[in-house]
Amino acid sequence: MDQPQNNKTSENGSEAGAIQYFAAQEKVYPKAVSGRFRTLKWTAMIVCLAIYYLAPFLRWTRSGDVPDQAILIDLPSRRAYFFMIEIWPQEVYYLTGILILAAIMLFFVTSLFGRVWCGYFCFQTVWTDLFMKVERLIQGDRNARMKLDKTPFSFERIWKKSLTHLVWLLIGFVTAGSFVLYFNDAPTLIKDALGFNVSTTVLGFVGGLTLSTYIMAGFAREQVCTYMCPYARFQSAMFDKDTLIIGYDKIRGEPRGKSKGASTRDHLGDCVDCSLCVQVCPMGIDIRNGLQMECIACGLCVDACDNVMDKVGSPRGLIRYDIERGLEGAAEEDHNLTRHLLRPRTIYYTVLLSVVCLAMLVSLLMRPVLDVHAIHDRNPLFVKLSDGSIRNGYEIKILNKTYDERHFTLSVSGIEGAKLSLQAADGSTIDNLKVEPDSVGHFRVFVTAPRKHAVTGDITFRAVDNEDGTVDEIGSVFMTKMDR
Amino acid sequence: MSEDHKKEIDQISGVETTGHEWDGLKELNNPAPRWWLIVWIVCTIWAVGYWFVYPAWPTAWPGFGSGEEAEKTGSVTRVTTGATQGSAGWTEYKQLEESQAQIVARQAGYLEKFQGASYEQIANDPELYKFAVAGGNALFKNNCSVCHGADAQGSKGFPNLSDDDWLWGGDLASIEQTVRFGIRSEHDETRQSAMPSFGKDELLEKEEVDQVVDYVLSMSSEEGPKADAPGAEIFANNCASCHGEQGKGGRDFGAPNLTDQIWLYGGEKEDVYNTVFNAHAGVMPFWEGKLDENAIRQLTIYVHGLGGGEGVGAAVEASAEESAPTPEAAQPAEGEGASTEEPAPAEAESDGSAAE
Repeated sequence: MDQPQNNKTSENGSEAGAIQYFAAQEKVYPKAVSGRFRTLKWTAMIVCLAIYYLAPFLRWTRSGDVPDQAILIDLPSRRAYFFMIEIWPQEVYYLTGILILAAIMLFFVTSLFGRVWCGYFCFQTVWTDLFMKVERLIQGDRNARMKLDKTPFSFERIWKKSLTHLVWLLIGFVTAGSFVLYFNDAPTLIKDALGFNVSTTVLGFVGGLTLSTYIMAGFAREQVCTYMCPYARFQSAMFDKDTLIIGYDKIRGEPRGKSKGASTRDHLGDCVDCSLCVQVCPMGIDIRNGLQMECIACGLCVDACDNVMDKVGSPRGLIRYDIERGLEGAAEEDHNLTRHLLRPRTIYYTVLLSVVCLAMLVSLLMRPVLDVHAIHDRNPLFVKLSDGSIRNGYEIKILNKTYDERHFTLSVSGIEGAKLSLQAADGSTIDNLKVEPDSVGHFRVFVTAPRKHAVTGDITFRAVDNEDGTVDEIGSVFMTKMDR
Repeated sequence: MSEDHKKEIDQISGVETTGHEWDGLKELNNPAPRWWLIVWIVCTIWAVGYWFVYPAWPTAWPGFGSGEEAEKTGSVTRVTTGATQGSAGWTEYKQLEESQAQIVARQAGYLEKFQGASYEQIANDPELYKFAVAGGNALFKNNCSVCHGADAQGSKGFPNLSDDDWLWGGDLASIEQTVRFGIRSEHDETRQSAMPSFGKDELLEKEEVDQVVDYVLSMSSEEGPKADAPGAEIFANNCASCHGEQGKGGRDFGAPNLTDQIWLYGGEKEDVYNTVFNAHAGVMPFWEGKLDENAIRQLTIYVHGLGGGEGVGAAVEASAEESAPTPEAAQPAEGEGASTEEPAPAEAESDGSAAE
């Protein structure tokens, strides 16, 4: 962090002046590398992509006309399904819960392992990695790609570049297509798409997301993490000396230098200045300059360095995952695992996480299947009847979240002698309000209060399920002229 | 001029300045970002295409390039102002026509069913009923709310349509007749009645009017009328023929119920005195021929459903939970199946036969 300059030399910045206001994007040509972290990164990528691409095809049997896709956001009928969970628009606060959970989870993981989310699981990282793999397969590794970009237009350059972009667009299309599947019944939509029979909404989303995938993973790449992503910034702000980071052991490595025979190594550090750690970095930085904002902690430089250390016969770990204390040479007991895991920060994140998880779990388990709403007429607020009694109109909504047709009895309390009447055309009566399975019943209801007892005040509607006795109540208001 | 163009390089950033200076501040001449430039060029190209495809440029004369000035298509009057016609032939008028045609086509399916259905059938068909109420609501706002108010609450001289007090009857047939032919309208079949101007035409002395007003007001008071009151005899001789001996009114003549709490022209003594002295004869226009059959029937169902409707399709009452089940409370909670088919008439209204 102490050295904001990186190894990029900007063309227009190098002419004069020390301060750069604008740095043009320097294309990064990451070199292929293999090792522990690379394998971990491949695994994470395959798992993430498999979940993303295949999840819409998972089935989950639900009764009646309810869709049987395990994960589905059904916008036209305003339902979201996640396996056994079904969410109505009224319960959109679960989304807030998920977002809070995700945020705390991010803080928690960051405090434990640093920016592993960025390095292994973020969709920007995953798709960029995939696009780079394609690039590498078609155009060759770092040197071949750099050479290809320098050659003037040739047949080789044209076909290699075209093929790369074509495959990128194809990946973008599949990605966009999968996204749309979460909002539609997957097999039906695919069948319709094969017959070129899809809505403009679907086309628009597929087109837009294909393009954004193509641009973000093909071109913007590390720029997204450095300049666009807010999480990268505030994760950096949460770092302390105990955060797990990727670092270069300056004490061991410096002074760096290429050895010119065994004897010359004596006054040199372990770093042989091969610059492989720089070449493999997808962010285009030099980790030896210390911790930098750009670093996504993917560990590829660790792999690169370990391979070199193995070759030159030095111990591994010149570049390694460690806490800042460790890299500064603190004694082993000062940065052991227990100390790292049991910090106030990790403890209260754990507590917070458990509380939110528990709260969501409990609310999901206790999710009511009956919900009543009452909307008081705004115009007219009340009507005076011939015997002087006062009548108020209400729209009663009964949410039946079960998969069976249910019948309810409605009653009102709060005003002495109040009478309920129902304006319905479906044969419903106050003690037999029919609500279709998994839907909302709308009922036009009048409350008439006798002249003596009609005062403005709170009332309560109560709906009781005729079959199983489930009860829900909702408060509302009864109104009349205030000066009575 | 050539000296002005001498490039000045900012020492700190190494970027050329524009040469302008404001209080010692100089502006750097950084190039516009590439992406911005690309977006700008794309938008410019898009705009040029847009000029040709869509109507874009105003022209000097109305109708220039379109060959038409004003045209009535369906319910849309098209006034063509001067503008180039795009190659796509798109206009807002066409878009409006298309969307209206879609709506009309959607309505047609319902209207066909609606036309053939009786009130009773509609009152038991949720979909048709909803359609009728929605249509009636729109029609009411356009045609009736001028007098009766958007909330159908009426005002002095204009009846409240959502209460349970009906001058000429509150079942569907009665309401339809009122809507169709009006009250004291110019239609031959209009509902017709007239209250004499007892004071103005010197049928009663001022003192007698005063006495009968007191008597009428006592009819709706909690104590009730006194048979030996001086106004009682005057009432019996002059008013009872239409309003009934008990003052309960009569729907045959549109005679208001004088014993209830609802006063079309005001319930203060002054108001009632004015009514007896001068009399009122409110007019409601007829709608037959002005609105089509379906519209009149939709309006009828809408007004009937505002809360005061009687007979078929009226709101069904049930006793509240906490009030003890009294004998006159409607609908004792019997089994579900039996009572659901036929909406029972609201019982509270049937015995009083309240009509003002």
